[in-house]
Amino acid sequence: MKIAVPIKFVPDLVEELTIDPSGTALDTTWLRLIINELDDHAVEQAILLKERSGGEVTVLSAEADGVDDFLFTAAAKGADRLIKLTGDFSAADNHALGRAFADVIKELQPDLILTGVQAHNDLDGSVGPLLAEYLGLPYVGYVAGIALDGNKVVARKEYAGGLVAEVEVKLPAVLGIQAAEQPPRYVAYSKIRQVMGTAKIEERPVSNLESSGGVVVGRLFQPEVAERATMLEGSPEDVADKLVGLFKELGTL
Amino acid sequence: MEITLSPLSPSVTKTFYTSLFDLQDGERVRTCLQCGTCSGICPFGYIMKFPPGKIIGAIRAEIFDHVLKTDSVWMCVSCNACASFCPSNIPITRVLMTRTKEEMILAGNVPSELQAALENTQRYGNPLGESPRKRADWTLGLQPEVNILGKTRQPVDVLWYVGDYASYHSRMQPATRALAKILNALGVNFGILGPEEYSDGDSQRLAGERGLFEMMAQKNGQVFRKYKFNQIITTDPHAYNALKNEYPALGVEYPVQHYTQFLFERIEQIKPLLKNEIKAKVAYHDPCYLGRVNGIFDEPRALLSAIPGVELVEMSHQRINSLCCGGGGGGMWLDGFQWEKAHTRLSEWRVREAVAVNTQILAVACPYEPPRFEDATKTIQAASQLKVREIAELLAESMDL
Ligand SMILES: Cc1cc2nc3c(=O)[nH]c(=O)nc-3n(C[C@H](O)[C@H](O)[C@H](O)COP(=O)(O)OP(=O)(O)OC[C@H]3O[C@@H](n4cnc5c(N)ncnc54)[C@H](O)[C@@H]3O)c2cc1C
Ligand code: SF4
Ligand code: SF4
Repeated sequence: MKIAVPIKFVPDLVEELTIDPSGTALDTTWLRLIINELDDHAVEQAILLKERSGGEVTVLSAEADGVDDFLFTAAAKGADRLIKLTGDFSAADNHALGRAFADVIKELQPDLILTGVQAHNDLDGSVGPLLAEYLGLPYVGYVAGIALDGNKVVARKEYAGGLVAEVEVKLPAVLGIQAAEQPPRYVAYSKIRQVMGTAKIEERPVSNLESSGGVVVGRLFQPEVAERATMLEGSPEDVADKLVGLFKELGTL
Repeated sequence: MEITLSPLSPSVTKTFYTSLFDLQDGERVRTCLQCGTCSGICPFGYIMKFPPGKIIGAIRAEIFDHVLKTDSVWMCVSCNACASFCPSNIPITRVLMTRTKEEMILAGNVPSELQAALENTQRYGNPLGESPRKRADWTLGLQPEVNILGKTRQPVDVLWYVGDYASYHSRMQPATRALAKILNALGVNFGILGPEEYSDGDSQRLAGERGLFEMMAQKNGQVFRKYKFNQIITTDPHAYNALKNEYPALGVEYPVQHYTQFLFERIEQIKPLLKNEIKAKVAYHDPCYLGRVNGIFDEPRALLSAIPGVELVEMSHQRINSLCCGGGGGGMWLDGFQWEKAHTRLSEWRVREAVAVNTQILAVACPYEPPRFEDATKTIQAASQLKVREIAELLAESMDL
């Protein structure tokens, strides 16, 4: 079983975010990047599957500050191959990233591709379904639990409202991970340091990034104070009455 | 107590046992008398499946793997009580308990709260997960401005290593500001590292993350070397312990004092400045890594006694026999885990002791303690009137700063 896990780095919200003078992007001067949390879950899920049924896990990422450390950490946890796409990704949206990953993954020929189901940076579609589209593979998102069964998997897909479906998918396939079966594990720093001395990060230059189909940001801004809030005063009963009145007035009741 | 005689793994035991001998005084483990003193004095010994003496027993029985199968070592708060009272002088805390935790971490058996603190340390250089850029935010508004060495690049007499909780914790920041004011009032030429300061890493080390500790020591060492100063002082007994006893072996060696030592040396200069009376019975809590581990018992007491109106009283656990606040050795990041096992907190025992001697103020000298003890005064009804104050806060109040 060959598993590929494309991951991406997103802005770290521990640092304050500022908007650059163009007004359409984040100011990158102070921006610090961190692994997308759900991608970390995808890596954990891949390693759990490998521990359970054997196989080879390849973790792929576009280059960014901190990516090497993350890849080495993944290797210390059990990933076998580390691939870094190199090039100028500063303006790459998910469509571009999906295409770039697709090119490399085609060559790897994995049985299973795991991504985090979503990320908090760009909202132009998740990498997972885009990747599935470019590769012509089936996609199941919001997965929290995978059972391997020969040339197919049964994915536990979460729905809103606490519903879960078991979805059978033929391999190869792309799954968007909502949560690994166990929280991402801790790996002692001494182990990471050891791996840094032995593991190799393979570099794959990417020259043309093609972002067509993605969204174009018109304006990026901090939440703005609006003056539309109306505070209803009185006892809970009064407030409820007024609220019902308002709903009727607005035609929602 | 279940010790099932499943297939023994003498090799696990042997590898672990011999690894202890590589540590300073590690071979002393061989001299254990199995007297049980350690397990008896340990504040959580009654809950551990394997308190220290029993771990040594398990090693001798070649069933150390049984120890690793339980999570009882995470009840150890590295308070050093066991080591201080062991009749055979075995460095139980530093060697046995810490190495056992290290094995747990290497095996990936880490409670999630602790994991978060360790990951935060790796990423942000502090266990709280705060932005390193905000490490000096506690200085905002202070006059004169605190000298941040990276900005001014001026040589100073004293480098103040502030530490994680003293820098970031909202309960500690007023105490940290109080100390800055005292240093200014005494005319001390001091500076801080601010955003360039990393966690001292000592509690992470005692929680079994040796590699992370070494990384922190290396990073701090690199920053220290950038600047000119004559000595280091620190707010945090854990940082003090690291700088004094652990960093030198890693090539980072500077004269270091805890702030209570530094102020005690200037007590004659301080005394005339102590104008305001603080009329209260005050009990002083000896922090493990100031008192028991490093023998600093008298300086903090002398500073408190110098404050007009203060009547110093002693609690039943004091000096070398002090009771840990529960924050050491990773305890700061195992609160939920330990609560689940014990349904009590050491900080709660401690505030009960303070109440038992009718004290109005529990004075402390470690930044882990005010938040821990203050939380405890909220859950222990008898302690609801008890005030928890840093020595620096009391001094500054009396000095009218
Ligand atoms: C497990 C899970 C957890 C989530 N957690 C969060 C969260 O914590 N926070 C958050 O902000 N978002 C969360 N989301 C995402 C959020 O639920 C979706 O973004 C949101 O529901 C999208 O709303 P929608 O109306 O665009 O699409 P949907 O919710 O998919 O609604 C589409 C609707 O159209 C109906 N429909 C589809 N086809 C037809 C048709 N042909 N004719 C008529 N009706 C049709 C469907 O029955 C459905 O009612 C989560 C989603 C999942 C699955
Ligand atoms: S106190 Fe010392 S000698 Fe006694 S059981 Fe514990 S380790 Fe052994
Ligand atoms: S260091 Fe303290 S908590 Fe740990 S075993 Fe010794 S006495 Fe117990």
